[in-house]
Amino acid sequence: MDNLRSPENRVAVPVTRRALVIGGGITGIQASLDIADAGYEVLLVEKTPSIGGHMLQYSEVFPTLDCPQCIGTPKMVEVGQHPNIKIMAYSEVDSVSGEVGKFTVTIRKKAKYVDWDRCNGCGVCQQKCLTTVPAEYNCGLPFNKRKAIYTPFAQAVPNKPVIDRDHCGHFTTGICQVCSKTCPLGDGVIDYSQEDTLVEENVGAIVVAAGFDLMAKGAISEFVEDPDIIDGLEFERILCPSGPTAGAVMRPSDGIEPREVVFISCVGSRDPELGVPYCSRVCCMYLAKQALLYKHAVHDGQAYIFYMDQRTTGKGYEEFVRRAVEEYDVMYLRGRASKIFRDGDRLRVQGADTLSGKRVDISCDLVVLGMAMMPSAGFKELARKLGIATDEYGFITELHSKFRPMETSIPGIYVAGTAQGPRDIPDSVAMGSGVASKVLRVLSLEEGGL
Amino acid sequence: MADLDGEFEPVLVGFFCNWCTATAADLAGTTRLQYPPNIRPIRTMCSSSVDPVYILKALLRGADGVFIGGCVPGDCHYVSGNFKERRRIAAFKTILDTLGLEHERIWLRWISAAEGQKFAATMREFTAKMKELGPSPFKKGWSI
Amino acid sequence: MSSGNGTKRIGIFVCHCGLNIAGVVDMEKVVTEIRKYPGVVYAADYQYMCSDPGQNLMREAISEHRLDAIVNANCSPSLHEKTFRNVAASEGLNPYNLEIANIREHCSWPHANDPEMATRKAIAIIKATIDRLKLNAALEPAVIPLKKRALVIGGGIAGMQSALTIANTGYEVVLVESSPWLGGHVSQLSSTFPTLDHPACLIEPMMAEVASHPRITLYAYAEIEEVSGYVGNFVVRIRKKASFVDTAKCDNCGLCFDPCPVSVPSEFERGLATRKAIHIPFAQAVPQRPVIDNESCIHLIRVKSQGKGDSRLQTPDSRLLDGSECRACKEACPAGAIDYSQQDRLVEEEVGAVIVATGHDLISRDVLGEYLSDPDIIDGLQFERLLCPTGPTRGAVKRPSDGKIAKEVVWISCAGSRDTERGVPYCSRVCCLYVAKQTLLYKRAVPDGQAYVFYMDIRSDVMGTEEFVQGMVEKSRTMYLRGQASKIFRDGEKIKVWATDTLTGKDIEIAADMVVLALAMVPSTTARVLARKLNIICDQHGFMTEAHLKLRPVDTLTSGIYLAGTAQWPKDIPDTLASASGAASRILSLFSRAVLLHEPAIAFVNERVCVGCEQCVSVCAYKATTLDPDKKVARVNEAVCEGCGACVVACPSKAMKHKNWTPRQFFDMVDVFAQEYVGEG
Repeated sequence: MDNLRSPENRVAVPVTRRALVIGGGITGIQASLDIADAGYEVLLVEKTPSIGGHMLQYSEVFPTLDCPQCIGTPKMVEVGQHPNIKIMAYSEVDSVSGEVGKFTVTIRKKAKYVDWDRCNGCGVCQQKCLTTVPAEYNCGLPFNKRKAIYTPFAQAVPNKPVIDRDHCGHFTTGICQVCSKTCPLGDGVIDYSQEDTLVEENVGAIVVAAGFDLMAKGAISEFVEDPDIIDGLEFERILCPSGPTAGAVMRPSDGIEPREVVFISCVGSRDPELGVPYCSRVCCMYLAKQALLYKHAVHDGQAYIFYMDQRTTGKGYEEFVRRAVEEYDVMYLRGRASKIFRDGDRLRVQGADTLSGKRVDISCDLVVLGMAMMPSAGFKELARKLGIATDEYGFITELHSKFRPMETSIPGIYVAGTAQGPRDIPDSVAMGSGVASKVLRVLSLEEGGL
Repeated sequence: MADLDGEFEPVLVGFFCNWCTATAADLAGTTRLQYPPNIRPIRTMCSSSVDPVYILKALLRGADGVFIGGCVPGDCHYVSGNFKERRRIAAFKTILDTLGLEHERIWLRWISAAEGQKFAATMREFTAKMKELGPSPFKKGWSI
Repeated sequence: MSSGNGTKRIGIFVCHCGLNIAGVVDMEKVVTEIRKYPGVVYAADYQYMCSDPGQNLMREAISEHRLDAIVNANCSPSLHEKTFRNVAASEGLNPYNLEIANIREHCSWPHANDPEMATRKAIAIIKATIDRLKLNAALEPAVIPLKKRALVIGGGIAGMQSALTIANTGYEVVLVESSPWLGGHVSQLSSTFPTLDHPACLIEPMMAEVASHPRITLYAYAEIEEVSGYVGNFVVRIRKKASFVDTAKCDNCGLCFDPCPVSVPSEFERGLATRKAIHIPFAQAVPQRPVIDNESCIHLIRVKSQGKGDSRLQTPDSRLLDGSECRACKEACPAGAIDYSQQDRLVEEEVGAVIVATGHDLISRDVLGEYLSDPDIIDGLQFERLLCPTGPTRGAVKRPSDGKIAKEVVWISCAGSRDTERGVPYCSRVCCLYVAKQTLLYKRAVPDGQAYVFYMDIRSDVMGTEEFVQGMVEKSRTMYLRGQASKIFRDGEKIKVWATDTLTGKDIEIAADMVVLALAMVPSTTARVLARKLNIICDQHGFMTEAHLKLRPVDTLTSGIYLAGTAQWPKDIPDTLASASGAASRILSLFSRAVLLHEPAIAFVNERVCVGCEQCVSVCAYKATTLDPDKKVARVNEAVCEGCGACVVACPSKAMKHKNWTPRQFFDMVDVFAQEYVGEG
């Protein structure tokens, strides 16, 4: 059952009783908490300035319509305050050596240009900064921008800013020092001379929970580029009460409330020619949820969903979609949209309804694409550093898809969540707990017991 | 007890068991099910910890109806608290009748943690029924 | 009761929760009103009180305004009571000096259309909470011991994975399986999608490891009789069913099977083959010993009916046998292992935590009216047995009625699933994939056969399965037809299937040799009864309910009890294993503590008032109250009392009190609420 058992993995060395978790999304958070609660030290490495991951970006999550900020932020705070967890945000794994029980990991702490040990996160620098930039956290939507010195969102953990070197006036023009001068803590907290630093850490086991990104819209050449053709994550931000529009549904081009919205499932997914052949597993549900939330916000609006198959296999999911259709009059059209183009100040979507066999032509204000889930950016590189196998799409290849879903090709390195393949939040969380048990097994081994 | 626009708005006090009815009320809220705002929630650990004296106190102080929500029979978090409460409330209701107060003003219902829909529907029903009954005779007696 | 004197310096923190509360409830009005309330020295509102800046705001206010009691008005206490009590504790406050006023789930959300009344209600809720808080006592948790031993219920793949994970990390496990052997449904499968591995490769080493593991106590053919206690200290009574075979003596030689004169349909082969009354389902079954089924063994039936009733049986060679005389197995056994006098035994085990992994069954075909009972209409698991090289047909796809190779086979997905009228409304999650796998294996076994699949949606959403299904359609020319069969009936040699293809709109008739129903997954029949014994909740279908669907998918609301596998919801094998490991890791976290801390808001006795009437003893469901034999007053066992308050109401002399849930506190809350309108009227 366990690849630790095979004799070739038997090494008689002391086990380093701490774990490295790569990725601070909900999977990594759950894994970290379960390991830390069992009494072992956890090093949680997150590449962005805050833990939280994609879940925190969502408006409300299916099928319970919980707000993810409500259920996610307490977990983030718990991680932030846990005596056994050390968060290394804005950091990346640079190299890994060693083997199960005694890995040595080099971590690159990216230059934040802010001394986090002294910064208290008061936020004055962010108010004063003169440069505004589209916010990554808001998927670059035009409504609400961030500054060049920023925390990605209000509930960030750690709640401390970083400077975006590519846009900061100090680095682009060499003159501006507004943040440094207005910092109430005075000299040196803002430190333009900071550089990336490398730190070495010893761990006994590693969890890879590096998550996913959406396929870029540009990858699908059939659909023109247009500000009102957005992806599912962008629409989450638009729907989110704490998002850039404060929950008001607006289309990006001119801020008008859309009267008709077309959702298209399987954009890139299940498409071996233009995209990826696999199913992204969550789109059917989140598009149904988005249509429902859109109807909550715009009572007399109309939502259309193009789909291939309705894949609603989770607990309460089937009932949820039925509710979207029956109570909210969401119009489901079985078929693929073949063409989207601009028609004056509206968009036109043409496609076929394979059930009636008729062509459909819908004039709408906003198109939401359920883009395929892909391994997160830079993931191939990470996998290479760890020396673990990935499949042709870049997801981690588990040791056995059926029977060892959390073990990688290297003993002591485990995988959880969407780094292994598309899955929803409950499955990711369950897997986060599951992978913790694999790590606990290693960390609790008797001396020389590998 | 007329509201400003003349329609009678009953004063309702609810004792909700922490494990079932209060959680069902959470679920009703989370799923944005709407029900009238008259009910004032008091969380209790178990329906069996609702002493009839609390109910009497509420009625004497001006409540028009009191609701007690517990776990579905057989599912009590504390094994059998809801059965105990059922017996107590049944006895209490007979006393209320002799005091000249409609025993329909006391509702004891079983709503499980998964039944957000039922919670909202029950609250709508309870409020409507209390509106129909009109102001509590206890309250009327004093406010004249 | 200390500090219950109403002179606390109370601070109020009102959370906007983005727009969730502030979008309905008028925050400014709430804060202005509450500031005026007696006892309140500070009130503030903030966008997200639970975030780091929100918590810091609380900390600063606590020290700056010397607050010693706090009300947080926000979401349900189930979400953030702990968060904020930790904040209060970090500033030196006793956590019980913080209470939550739920103005979101109980106010802003359900009254979104009535902001004015919602605001009024929010104010009332906060005021009532303040009054209750004034009388709260500072409490310290009781320390209770923790038994670092786990009980796993169910010996399928989920239960075995959980048990092995816990045992391999160093803790003892008690594994209870209701059937005589380990393995569950996975041991019945021919192969698994999409990799087409033989499940034996997975499950047999697992079974062997479980059976021989020094830290696992295995009770196969056993049931949970009763569970008492609480997290850290459960006492479980287990009924070990009589197997009538002495495990210590039996060496599994198999000589007892042939002589047994009774043949009944085999459960393992799902009725496609017969077994004897003394039987073992397959050669590698673990534990390695047969059992005698007392429902079919004529000797045992005879003994049970004490000579009444007819237990004669016609043997295959047409002899009539009187049951009480039959000792065929006993006579054949060289080891003397057969013991007809064996009785069920009750054993008691003490454990600290429980995993429920009771798995699933298939829905009964009886509920699906149109599928007549015909030997050639079989279910998905029966087809697995047909495909299995060790199955009743040695892997040949022979139809049950006449043993002919089935040349045309129709699969019907969603037989019972997604069917609100006769079946269950949910999707069973694995059928689309195993149907695709079965058609592939069918084409391998019968290359000139034709497979048809009726489906509603193809749900191949697991990595690697989309390609698998596509390959199915393209390479093996399986006909996928979108629609549901409207009628299935026998027509001579064939079974006719009528349906409408919803993509072309055409009516279809197929004359098939065999029909395979992908029956819906339903919880195992014993789930509800077991849930009741464990004091956990089932949903309307009978699946066990998790503590939170999104973020606590393997916990239940009863602490110390966790869920694994399909007992919770239909899952495939990888998800089952992940949830089983997840449940195990929750227990490993629990066991890593030295002791458990017990909620201190429990009952206590005022000995000066208690008259020793024992009313409290009779109402306590946990036997936490006892009568002190010397003093003749009631006593409360702090580790056992769960704080329900039943004894408080029962006590005629009002000597019993519930800490922080006192009558006075209830009266004060009731006053705030009931007088709200009176005051304004």
